[in-house]
Amino acid sequence: MRSIRRTLDRELVRDIGLVCLAGAVVAASFGAIAVSSGFPLWLPMLMSLLVFAGAAQFLFVGIVASGGNPAAAVLAGLLVNARHIPFGFAVGELLGTGWARRVAGTHLMVDETVAFALAEREGERRRAAYWTCGIGLFLCWNVGVVVGGLGGTAISDPAALGLDAAFPAVLLALLLPSLRDPAALRATLVGVAIALATAPFLPPGLPVLLALGGVLTAFGTGGKRPRRNDGVNDKADSADRTDRGTLC
Amino acid sequence: MTLVVATLVLGVGTFAFRFAGPVLRARVELSERAEKLMATSAVVLLGALVATQALIVEQEFAGFARPAGVLVGGVLAWRKAPFIVVVLAAAGTGAGLRLLGVP
Repeated sequence: MRSIRRTLDRELVRDIGLVCLAGAVVAASFGAIAVSSGFPLWLPMLMSLLVFAGAAQFLFVGIVASGGNPAAAVLAGLLVNARHIPFGFAVGELLGTGWARRVAGTHLMVDETVAFALAEREGERRRAAYWTCGIGLFLCWNVGVVVGGLGGTAISDPAALGLDAAFPAVLLALLLPSLRDPAALRATLVGVAIALATAPFLPPGLPVLLALGGVLTAFGTGGKRPRRNDGVNDKADSADRTDRGTLC
Repeated sequence: MTLVVATLVLGVGTFAFRFAGPVLRARVELSERAEKLMATSAVVLLGALVATQALIVEQEFAGFARPAGVLVGGVLAWRKAPFIVVVLAAAGTGAGLRLLGVP
């Protein structure tokens, strides 16, 4: 952890802190909603400790509160969280070695930690961003749930504060550097189109997974990508590409 | 009791999803191309998450306030505005439009 302090600059810590703060407010609204829907306070607390995934938690509580079957709520939550499988492949190397570290690091894998890590170029900073954001969010999230659950419904609507717009904006801001890579941009645009086209018809979670189809279109199925020029700039082009290998 | 079991199953399942990547990664040597593919996959997933979170609520259009906030934040981020400005502008736009009666 000492190395993390040395690696992170003040700006990044401030950015992460801001996201953690917003996360705490959303968590408070989760606690308030769960308690006011009739759940005992320990349920949202237990869920936040064990699941630690906002969208799935809201979905679970929403389904059960409206009279749905808990098994259906679990399935819906798992579907929404299935995106963590590819996340694990992308950030797995940041968790470090050793059993405890890997388990803890795995549990901290959420959209924001992945996005903060991907936004950093250099390995050590990536690791630092991942862990700082993960630990900070985990603490804020769980404290927020307790405060919201005890404090009642004062902040049961994160939309009134515009937080529903802030979170996608945070992810977008963190993603923009990665989208400078043309292949990543193309894959993402196709993926977004797939997700938006299917979202009105499919349960939450599935459209985002289907977006992975965009990766196939950008990288092909193993063949070479078509050349952009007649080969004059080949050397510069390939050097450029290896340089970008670590970009996203 | 059912809810405790349901929460446990959701927790264990989610952990298993998260753990699959790190475990499999440690066992297989990934080519540079595969590494890039994984990283791109994460970017695509997050991008699709941004789009669906911004525009869709319960399989329907989320209204104008939320996507407007995300758009304002995105443009500011693209113009290299400080992160805090991006976040506050996105939230402020969403909340402000709702105050004005925009859904």
